[in-house]
Amino acid sequence: MAIPTNIMREAMILRLRERMADDRRIYFVSADFGAQSLDGLREDFPDRFINVGIAEQNCINICTGLALEGFSVFAYGIAPFISMRPYEQIRINLSLLSQTRPLNVNILSVGAGVSYDVSGPTHHCLEDISVMRTLPHMRVFSPCDASSARQFVDYALDTMGPKYIRLDGKALPDIYADRQADFRQGFSVLRQGTDVCLVATGVMTHTALTVAKALEGKMSCGVIDAFLLDAVDEAALAGCLGPYARVATLEEAFIGCGGLDSLVSCVLERQNLSARHTRFGFQRGFNFDNGGRLHLHKCVGIDPESLVSTLSQY
Amino acid sequence: MDTVTMKDKSRWVWRETLKIHRFCPESRIASSLSCVEILVALYYGGVLRFDPKEPFHEERDRLIISKGHGSISYYPILADLGFIDMRELDAPGTLGNKLKAIPDTLIEGYETINGSLGHGIGVGIGMALGLKAKGSQRKVFVLVGDGELNEGSMWEAIMLAGHHKLDNLCVIVDKNNLCMLDYCRNIVDLEPIEAKFQAFGWDGVTVDGHDEVAVVEALNAFKARKSGDKSLVVVAHTVKGRGVASLEADSLCHIKSLKPDAVDALLKDAAGGEDA
Repeated sequence: MAIPTNIMREAMILRLRERMADDRRIYFVSADFGAQSLDGLREDFPDRFINVGIAEQNCINICTGLALEGFSVFAYGIAPFISMRPYEQIRINLSLLSQTRPLNVNILSVGAGVSYDVSGPTHHCLEDISVMRTLPHMRVFSPCDASSARQFVDYALDTMGPKYIRLDGKALPDIYADRQADFRQGFSVLRQGTDVCLVATGVMTHTALTVAKALEGKMSCGVIDAFLLDAVDEAALAGCLGPYARVATLEEAFIGCGGLDSLVSCVLERQNLSARHTRFGFQRGFNFDNGGRLHLHKCVGIDPESLVSTLSQY
Repeated sequence: MDTVTMKDKSRWVWRETLKIHRFCPESRIASSLSCVEILVALYYGGVLRFDPKEPFHEERDRLIISKGHGSISYYPILADLGFIDMRELDAPGTLGNKLKAIPDTLIEGYETINGSLGHGIGVGIGMALGLKAKGSQRKVFVLVGDGELNEGSMWEAIMLAGHHKLDNLCVIVDKNNLCMLDYCRNIVDLEPIEAKFQAFGWDGVTVDGHDEVAVVEALNAFKARKSGDKSLVVVAHTVKGRGVASLEADSLCHIKSLKPDAVDALLKDAAGGEDA
């Protein structure tokens, strides 16, 4: 069966497999989590693929040890488990240790937001942006498509330091097939507007594009895809947001606690911009409903229909 | 270094550790005194390969001190060997001095930061795998506390090392029998520790952790083993607060500090009134 290259993890692993063929210093460490493309990587590099078992704390620690020996390492697991179970290992051995010792560890975290919709709140991951953004030296990458995720593999290998890579679990439409993500700037302007600027990350970038199109004629919406959530070029983002009277942030994450909304509100404040800021995302509560991702979005008003309705009232 | 000289070195390290604690009473003196002879054995008994002028030299053996808080007795050794300036011992815990109550990687000789417990074996496995991949003959030693073995992350690592038969990994358990609030056996009884490691596929030996020669022999036997063996645990029986009667007798000694005059009296007794 052909590997679906519009799924972020598959695109990244395929690129990683290419790089591993040329570079013996790359390791892939899984906490017993797979992908279709991983089967080939495991076959090609049985010595540099390690399954540590269902043991995320140990996964991060082993990646640290390998990285201290000079290897570039990718840790791989399910989003809520590879981010929050080993949070203390990430804090001590990646964030803190990387301040004094060079290391390159990249956490591939699969199942951002509610992409594991029907699995319920244990498998939803709505906290990771906040908790990773608060760690010094941690690069936080939140791509909206497989192409930009694939591009990040080369950046990750060329750039030392710990990185958290927040991957959607589902296939998403391509946006960066003919566009290079600028990893110094940390965001892309996908659509110019004059009334409201929608700043989105991950799957919500697609929602933002849908909403902007639906509002054509009523309201001119700009769309910015924010993908580096720790290190966005603040002056450049302010330059893009400056002309707008209103800014809305869209994220599949808890809001009001350090996520994309915090990043944008800090930029507005520090750059002395007067745009009014509205935050769209998950209110601080868990959702036990069945009904799929769209339903979960509807519950908090971040589905396209609800957003069009809310924004129309501006 | 012969037996008598190692004993002398341990006595010197013991005295210097007390002096550090006098300056920095927040440091964990009892936990640091249980591993003096283990550290002396590692550095003066010909066990570790190291280069003080190039602490991260590729051809060094790796030592992770997982019980980081309980290793201020490592400071005098690092100064004596030239990893750090001997003058650092003059005023630990004060502004401008790199020696703190909990060590960090700004101190040359520390591979990792281990103020938080439970990390050392997993990081050591990563290093051991990395060294094997590089074709290196160097070994990884991890010094842990027995109370630290309560951390679940330790057992994740112990399971994996056993499975992969990492013959270049040696864990030394400073088995001083005490956690912070009580004896380990009254909190979570892990006896027999050696058998538990063996059940996960490790080799194990038990030694007197205050006998430098016994520690050296166990560790040199590990270094001399053939490839294809298992990981090794050395369970070193020790006494928390070793050499300080008030600490040795106190189940709460982990959190006890010694008053300056108590340290002075100990140093005077130890030196026979010579250089206290």
